Amino acid sequence: MSAILPPAATNWWKQPIGKQELIMIVLALLWSLFMFFFMIYWHINGRQNLSNEKYKTTAAMFAAKAEQMVKQYQVRTETDLQVPVVKPPVGSDVYLIARMWNWWPILELEAGKTYKLHVSSMDYLHGFSLQPVNINIEIVPGYEHVIKLTPDKPGIYSLVCNEFCGIGHHTMLGRIYVK
Amino acid sequence: MTTTYRTCPRTGLQFDTQAERLMRFNAVAAVLSMVMGGITAILVALTRWPAIKLLPADQFYQVLTLHGVNMLLFWIIFFEIAVLYFCSSTLLRCRLATPRIAWLAFALMVIGAITTNVAIFQGGSTVMFTAYVPMVAQPHFYLGLILFAVGALLGCFIFLGTLVVAKNERTYEGSIPLVTFGALTACIIAIFTIASGAIILIPTFLWSVGYIKEIDAQMYRLVFWAMGHSSQQINVAAHVSVWYAVAAVAFGAKPLSEKVSRSAFLLYILFLQLASAHHLLVDPGVSSEWKVLNTSYFMYAAVLASMIHGFTVPGAIEAAQREKGYTHGLFEWLRKAPWGNPAFSGTFISLVGFGFLGGISGVVLGAEQLNLLMHNTYYVPGHFHATVVIGTTLAFMALTYFLIPTLFKREVILPGVAKFQPYIFGLSMYVMVLVMMGAGTLGVSRRHWDMAFSGAPFQYEWPGAAYLMMGLAGMAAVVAVIGGVLWVLLVVGSILFGKKLEEGTLSAKPTQLKMPVATSLSGHGDAAAHNVPGTVVLSMVLLVAFVLYYFVNWKYLSEVWPLG
Repeated sequence: MSAILPPAATNWWKQPIGKQELIMIVLALLWSLFMFFFMIYWHINGRQNLSNEKYKTTAAMFAAKAEQMVKQYQVRTETDLQVPVVKPPVGSDVYLIARMWNWWPILELEAGKTYKLHVSSMDYLHGFSLQPVNINIEIVPGYEHVIKLTPDKPGIYSLVCNEFCGIGHHTMLGRIYVK
Repeated sequence: MTTTYRTCPRTGLQFDTQAERLMRFNAVAAVLSMVMGGITAILVALTRWPAIKLLPADQFYQVLTLHGVNMLLFWIIFFEIAVLYFCSSTLLRCRLATPRIAWLAFALMVIGAITTNVAIFQGGSTVMFTAYVPMVAQPHFYLGLILFAVGALLGCFIFLGTLVVAKNERTYEGSIPLVTFGALTACIIAIFTIASGAIILIPTFLWSVGYIKEIDAQMYRLVFWAMGHSSQQINVAAHVSVWYAVAAVAFGAKPLSEKVSRSAFLLYILFLQLASAHHLLVDPGVSSEWKVLNTSYFMYAAVLASMIHGFTVPGAIEAAQREKGYTHGLFEWLRKAPWGNPAFSGTFISLVGFGFLGGISGVVLGAEQLNLLMHNTYYVPGHFHATVVIGTTLAFMALTYFLIPTLFKREVILPGVAKFQPYIFGLSMYVMVLVMMGAGTLGVSRRHWDMAFSGAPFQYEWPGAAYLMMGLAGMAAVVAVIGGVLWVLLVVGSILFGKKLEEGTLSAKPTQLKMPVATSLSGHGDAAAHNVPGTVVLSMVLLVAFVLYYFVNWKYLSEVWPLG
């Protein structure tokens, strides 16, 4: 009978499954399994995987590390707000603060070199959205996320905040220079 | 409480009078929430349309919070409670368990919904639907949500109680209908969802009034999404049940295989909730192993279930149509379907859109590494408007065209308009979600007031195509809202002014759902019922589109900066 009535036979469980239905189920199952293994494959052979290095932290602890780095490697300041531009050594630990409503400091990196970028938030959640590359990562206060990244082309890149963080959210725009 | 039973002369369905009133009130509350959601929808759409940018930033975020809460929670859950009562008391022809408590549940939900809306209107609770800590809302924002959830939870238990009543009073024979089984699935997921909601919202409420000092932001996200995403899984189970129900009503369609369809629902119960973890794919607090296992391996078991329903629902329609003699070629059954009947056209547009737009994009978003490309971009609301609006809302709209005559006993007014409403709403939504996902693919952020970044210390110019697509999304949203307004007018107009239809006879006792239940398998398992070549072709098209789109995204990912 129809789907809004009880099944016509009490032993509906024994009803055979049609061949077409069975083929579709098997195909869907194989595809699901393939997608599962493909993610693992990408962890082994792909080049875009988020690292699992992270630490619990506090706003004060993280800010201290970032300030230390800025003191050491600042090369100039930009804009009226005197935002420091930092050129950290290749391969070093680089600290980036997300807070209402700016990214601090501006980074100057070398193309083709790998850096360990530490990010954390001073207040609310923020979204690390690197444009126009289009890499998007969640930033959670209390957590220091270490992202190994290798800028591959020189250029001026923008950091958009893409997690709602209050009224000034749309002004939260940062910079990364790749030379 | 004694009750009476009304037999609808048009459908033969039998309504417990108490349950019937509850269904009507819950449905009306749903429509009112939809009105609120719709008004805010147009304001959101016109603000994100770059050439218009209607509202200032503070109002935009406030209105966006209202839109999310009213659409994702209030509209859908009020309607689902009505569906739960229908699938238990009406389909099983029995009295509703504890109608007094059902009214209490309704009252709690109404009070909760109003309280939260008031909190958002007052300002100071502009925290979005997600209300991520440490951003804090006013205490009554959380309190309203908690009251609403308690009411919904009571509704779930009344549904379960009604199943017990039907079983004890032997109002049906054999197993519960497939549609009721689907509603049971929705109910079980709802209980899990509401429990998760309580675990996170109660401490957050206490934190907002100062009793708890701190809530870990990562832990909040983890538990919140056990509610936030699972509540969307209630919708999937509910709207798949509605698809089966409309197919049954419009075509007399029976499931190709009860075993397959019910097993697919069971997969939802076992695995769907774990899909909530796919919100955390680019979060610091959880490991890659956890992400792959939860969000993907387990989620794919639920994706499998959706792919099965995506085959069996149109398959059931095809089998029923072929039985009626529409056997010519691959697609005569589809060409000769009642495209002028909004209950059917709405369901079919919902089914196709959910599969092609919502389903495929959801799996791509839910692949651990691919999420890097789209997390928190406009792609995300593009995806979930395909699942929640095209999938759930449109299916519920389609069902109301059937409910107005049988539940509200009125003729649908303006049948000529009703005929086109699902097309206007559904097809404009197709366009809207496509361009939203397009803009998201280019990186445009969700929940963002100004893509021109006015007032920022630097400038960043999005590609022209992104601006174009944001404009198109605004236009499509305007058309969709017109479709939504038409639906509200048709529903409210029909309930108030539609031609009164015959009530049908009242009786003190329900007539039992006695059917010639066979112990053998006659009528089932015949080859004809299983020959659905048209549906096979449609499903293969879906699978091929799925595979291609999946790999296009991996190619795109392989071109961004190496990470790791």
